[in-house]
Amino acid sequence: MNAPSVSPNSSIADMQDRRLLMDRSVPGHHAVALPEPDVPVSDLPDADLLRDVGDLQLPEVDQLEVIRYFTLLSRLNFSIDTNFYPLGSCTMKYNPKLNDQMASLGGFANIHPLQDDVAVQGALEVMHELQKWLGEATGLPAVSLAPLAGAQGEYAGLLIARAALEARGESHRNVALIPDSAHGTNPASAAMAGLDVVVVKTDEFGNVDVEDLREKADDKTCVFMLTIPSTLGLFEPNIIEINQIIHDAGGLVYADGANLNALLGLVKLGDVGVDICHSNLHKTFSTPHGGGGPGAGPVMVTRRLASFLPDPVVVQARSSDAGPRGYRYRLYRPIESIGKINGFHGSFSILVRAYTYMQSLGGDGLRSVSENAVINANYIQAQLRDRFDLAVDRICMHETVLSGKRQADRGVPALNIAKRLLDYGIHAPTMYFPLIVPEALMVEPTETESKETLDRFISVMQAIDDEISSEPETVLNAPHSLPVSRLDEATAARRPVLRWQPDGD
Amino acid sequence: MSSNGISAHPFIPNTPSEREQMLATIGVENFDALITDIPEDHRNPGLDLPASASELEVAARMQALAAINQDAGSRPSFLGAGAYRHFIPSTVGAVLQRGEFVTSYTPYQPEGAQGTLQTGFEFQSAVAQIFGMEVANAGMYDGPTAFAEAGLMAARVSRRNRILILDSADRRLFEVADAYSRYQQVTVESIGLDKVLDGDIPDDAACIAFQSPNFLGEIEDARAISDAAHAAGALSVMHTYPIALGMFKAPGQCDVDIATSEGQPLGVPLTFGGAYVGLFTAKQRFIRQLPGRIIGETADTNGRTGYTLTLQTREQHIRRERATSNICTSTQLIGLMVAVYCATMGPSGLRKVAELSYHKAHYLADQINGLDGWDANPNGRVFFNEFVATGPVGPSEINRQLAERGIIGGLDIADVVPGGMLFCVTEMNSRHDIDRLVNALAEIGKGGAA
Repeated sequence: MNAPSVSPNSSIADMQDRRLLMDRSVPGHHAVALPEPDVPVSDLPDADLLRDVGDLQLPEVDQLEVIRYFTLLSRLNFSIDTNFYPLGSCTMKYNPKLNDQMASLGGFANIHPLQDDVAVQGALEVMHELQKWLGEATGLPAVSLAPLAGAQGEYAGLLIARAALEARGESHRNVALIPDSAHGTNPASAAMAGLDVVVVKTDEFGNVDVEDLREKADDKTCVFMLTIPSTLGLFEPNIIEINQIIHDAGGLVYADGANLNALLGLVKLGDVGVDICHSNLHKTFSTPHGGGGPGAGPVMVTRRLASFLPDPVVVQARSSDAGPRGYRYRLYRPIESIGKINGFHGSFSILVRAYTYMQSLGGDGLRSVSENAVINANYIQAQLRDRFDLAVDRICMHETVLSGKRQADRGVPALNIAKRLLDYGIHAPTMYFPLIVPEALMVEPTETESKETLDRFISVMQAIDDEISSEPETVLNAPHSLPVSRLDEATAARRPVLRWQPDGD
Repeated sequence: MSSNGISAHPFIPNTPSEREQMLATIGVENFDALITDIPEDHRNPGLDLPASASELEVAARMQALAAINQDAGSRPSFLGAGAYRHFIPSTVGAVLQRGEFVTSYTPYQPEGAQGTLQTGFEFQSAVAQIFGMEVANAGMYDGPTAFAEAGLMAARVSRRNRILILDSADRRLFEVADAYSRYQQVTVESIGLDKVLDGDIPDDAACIAFQSPNFLGEIEDARAISDAAHAAGALSVMHTYPIALGMFKAPGQCDVDIATSEGQPLGVPLTFGGAYVGLFTAKQRFIRQLPGRIIGETADTNGRTGYTLTLQTREQHIRRERATSNICTSTQLIGLMVAVYCATMGPSGLRKVAELSYHKAHYLADQINGLDGWDANPNGRVFFNEFVATGPVGPSEINRQLAERGIIGGLDIADVVPGGMLFCVTEMNSRHDIDRLVNALAEIGKGGAA
């Protein structure tokens, strides 16, 4: 590829050299020096086992090129560190820097997962403490930190439900009841767990339709998967009755803890009849999203279900040679465990961050997190309700779901409002979700944003609403100021190019 | 916690007076009016947790906990078996400081996420190259889950329901594959190499899945296994170690259909087993059956090259219960580390790391074979950088005595190979450290024999 030509109308985006690494490759360049062998060189195995030198086509670039390239790419991103990011259900709160610093301490970063328990007592204490804090926050005291993401926590929760029901001779229970407002992972996880999905309706107030649930809960019900607060940002007021219906039918209640940021210190899931939940540490407990992982999705259950948790959990074990404390921490496989759902013990570097965060907040601070998350969401809802329809006209929890119906009627769908926000330096809300809300824009400000930031967002949303009347084309063709304009996603899917190809291929 | 108009916490900016203003705008008297949907009996339960703590206090406590661990950064270690201590160039940590990468979300708005997307495309390109495979996805949770998903994908592609795993594979791979397939009308079974090579493969086998280097560090004949699988109408699934591919034949050169690996050796610290990234590659014709995120190249309305998530109709947020997997992450940030590692090492660096590991491991094996009562690589198989050794003293006693000398020994695999230890050597082990280990083994052996 040649250097782009520079005309007076070129934007910075046009002039940046964004070629892929292989297109920058110069034979003989290299970015790091490595030592020569300090041991006698051994014979290599037969040549037919070996790869030809020259077969491996990786970029050959110098070290400055590596740093400059990835730094350039980083600047093409929206991020919490650079932008307000009110992406609903994703809890894009500030990720405190201390968390990253603690995760990189040599005593955490350089320990091997198969070292003897005795050699890693500090790491096991971090995990044990985090189990306790999560158990207290959710009221579900038995915890495994093993799941590597929310979807894995969800899958683990469903395996636990199935195993528990099998243990009482009810392996025929193969239905997952799931509200129509649920995130797509719920049915996908249920399918992986071999469960048939039966959809439960949402009523006109945004609540689970209790009568529909009552009809559908029966002796086939394995589990009811409840997102709480719901994806509409609402706390389910009938939660006690709902959970009773499921328990009376002999099933278990699983709560998707994706939205736990609204609940800390305000209510404990275990107190209102939930049997199993998971928490996305990368949401509520501020660990970075990393552009799409790594996450962590610990699973919490009632004491009655503790023996089914995934391998491992960390336990305190009495030990005569354990020094003044008289106990040691060790990794433990619960007796009826659903087994190992990943290679080792969980996303440890994420667990360190979450525990660091929780200590910084403490019990009082965690409650303040949820209070302010709820206040901030309701503040935005109150300020925008005259311009945008609400999915449900009610006090919300940590997020508000707007509907761009009025704007769509004026010819500008929600997608374009989302894209136009990018021009103003604000990341788009979650769009077109939940599926039951037309033109949905799901806004979750989080507690870490200041009133000044919220006020700016509100004024930008109002300005875009004005633009839809005065200059709709500006909104319809947004974004205008980003590194790329709208991308041709149809061609990307129809003729997939999934890796670097030499020019001309 | 809040007083005197100061915000509640450094991470929560609202001051008491701002809260009052906002509640007034919302139109409620107080905060409690916002949570009346929560059943009254269960509202405000209180949290029995310590109070908030300052940055200084939290850092001190975490540093103290970290200091208790006996880390492999400050003492020689010979532990591998799925997690490997390799050199991590400084560029990886430097790029990882960029908050624009660290604090962004899954790139659902591609115009505002070209950094994440182009990085992911670099990751897919590098991984596909290293594996010699046609396509790679954007990343899985870790190696074992990638392997488990490969088995399920083979079942979807072949429309058969028995996943056969060579018995030389790590038991963790069996366990995770079992947990992933438990309720999917798919069975996970073990099979011996002899049976596979004799063509004694059931005609409803979805795949022959194997690990090479295998759990004991030995190189399997990937070509012969793939050919046998294909002759039986099954797919071949190979779980590998990416550093080994710096010198050994890649899965794509052995007609493997799906190849997976733990990505951790490529620039990611040990961190007690996570977070890692799973590498997942396949032949091009299977792309619509791949699990996970895939990034594709396309153009914007001005014809500029750009990147976007693609083939999303396989995924849970579109396809719900008919998705190829429930995964909704690509473990992107760890994938970034892999991408920077590959860019920094280049083809010569990866080859050199592989060869250093190979030579140092063989040096250790030779030295151990020179000790009385010791036997390294007793089967005489070709190995990469891990091998089995047995000695005159049991592994647990050896490791205890090595720990006393400040050395992290090999993995105790007495439950797999009687009296066996699995030693791993990488470019991080200096000759000095290896000689220290050998001297210690000699002493411990004599003590045990006496």
